[in-house]
Amino acid sequence: MITEKDVDHVAILARLALTGKEKEMFTKQLNDVLEHFQSLKRLNTEKVQPTAYVLPLRNIYREDQVGDHISLEDALANCPDRDENYFRVPKIV
Amino acid sequence: MHLYQLTAHELHELLINKELSAEELNNYIFDRIEAVDDQIRSYITLTKESALERARVVDKQIQAGAKIAPLAGIPVAIKDNICTKGVRTTASSKMLSNFIPPYSATVVEKLEAAGVTIAGKTNLDEFAMGSSTENSAFFTTKNPWDTERVPGGSSGGSAAAVCAGAAVCALGSDTGGSIRQPASFCGVVGLKPTYGLVSRYGLIALASSLDHIGPFTRDVTDCALILEAISGNDPKDSTSASYKTPDFFASLINDVRGLKIGVPEEYMAAGIAPEVRLAIEQAMSLFESLGAVVEYTTLPHTEYAVVTYQIIGSAEASSSLARYDGVRYGFRAPDAEDVMDMFMKTRGQGFGPEVKRRIMLGTYVLSAECYDDYYLKALKARTLIKQDFDRAFEKYDVLLSPTSPTPAFRFGEKAVDPFHMYLSDICTASSNLAGIPGISLPCGFVDRMPVGLQLMGRYFDEGTLLRAAYTFEQNTGYHQEFPEI
Repeated sequence: MITEKDVDHVAILARLALTGKEKEMFTKQLNDVLEHFQSLKRLNTEKVQPTAYVLPLRNIYREDQVGDHISLEDALANCPDRDENYFRVPKIV
Repeated sequence: MHLYQLTAHELHELLINKELSAEELNNYIFDRIEAVDDQIRSYITLTKESALERARVVDKQIQAGAKIAPLAGIPVAIKDNICTKGVRTTASSKMLSNFIPPYSATVVEKLEAAGVTIAGKTNLDEFAMGSSTENSAFFTTKNPWDTERVPGGSSGGSAAAVCAGAAVCALGSDTGGSIRQPASFCGVVGLKPTYGLVSRYGLIALASSLDHIGPFTRDVTDCALILEAISGNDPKDSTSASYKTPDFFASLINDVRGLKIGVPEEYMAAGIAPEVRLAIEQAMSLFESLGAVVEYTTLPHTEYAVVTYQIIGSAEASSSLARYDGVRYGFRAPDAEDVMDMFMKTRGQGFGPEVKRRIMLGTYVLSAECYDDYYLKALKARTLIKQDFDRAFEKYDVLLSPTSPTPAFRFGEKAVDPFHMYLSDICTASSNLAGIPGISLPCGFVDRMPVGLQLMGRYFDEGTLLRAAYTFEQNTGYHQEFPEI
């Protein structure tokens, strides 16, 4: 059973500021969905390997060479707050 | 027959015979958009000027006597979670409502290299999370067959645009059924390729081990043409397979004699509307009468597919969407006290309810206390689901099922209970978990609403899927039905 306190904790992990109404709603909905998830417990997976990706892909390497890249201007064009060639953010420490 | 009802391959004939210029065709499609899109609302952004400019280039090539590519001058719509350089790409989210990508997705570059004109960017459920476009932060797209009903989702805008003649073809993305389900609801052809066949570079990620890009078209021939144009290895996508693209066009053979078709009984079980079951049984009989061997089979772990998909999908989404922090691009909430406050407020205000719900769920199942019970357990269930398919494909060339248990539902009908909405993924989510290809094509109508037939195939065996789909289409004709709009 997930409590509103659990929801608070998860919201901080997920970096989501939630309103009181949202917390209430997500507490209920997460409990509902997790109840459906219990069905997986019936499944015996003792000797089963997990599958994260379906294709037998290994690490893909390339030569360490400078290729085409976007310009500094393009990289900063969508930035909400810019100071010369930096992304500006509110104070961190 | 109207011009907007023609397929790309039919329009190509008109273009090369100089019965129609590419500029005329593009103007015509934009007129059609103007006429119907107030009702359908499939597009978020139109790119008329650049489309006409590219059309004129194609016309010059035709005038000069050059041989043009099969898709040259054909107007194609792009789902708005696929990046287009210099053209706003929103993922239907407030978070990206002003985002202008500095590069194009590989599929967009490939389509442009094939000569298409891009008509615009289509609506979706926010960050592709949904089955109806009701989760778009901007507006809801309507089903052209009945504007009281949803077009499906998440690629509802792309499906509705092709259906209504507001684009000849379109691209969508499919993480749990988001191409095939709207194709089924709108009565068009939609294909999710094998994982790795089509590059996802430039697709705004939802769940990277499940995301695919694929075409929406009015018939199977166009589907093969678009697939041919967008598939192939891409060094920019490390999950892209080193697989030589076969000639999909050569698979368009009207012959299924000897083809072995399995029908998973779990997909025909509880929850399926009786009329949908009837349409699928008729499709089975047709394939049989055309010389295919059709039998019921079993995919025993199907009952776990939706839950497994929900756990893995939300876990990966919570990770993929961690990048939206208000620093480098996208929305940033004003008046933050410090950087943590900025992250929290930006994400709290920038994401809609469904996105927050899935991020919360995904973060929860990945948290230290729950990882083994939910996430790892789901990865193991995924192995069992994949093995079901491996076994089935030892015996069958193709698996046949409905695409969705019901035709398009009404607005608001499923929004009340999120889990109920998730159940509309029941026939499609397994193939995302396994990475196998699937196609949806129209196979009948219930009260003038289209029903979709899904065919699933072996890894990288899109050829057989296209052959079976083409044969079905050539022997039925449902693809020639159009909504009265």
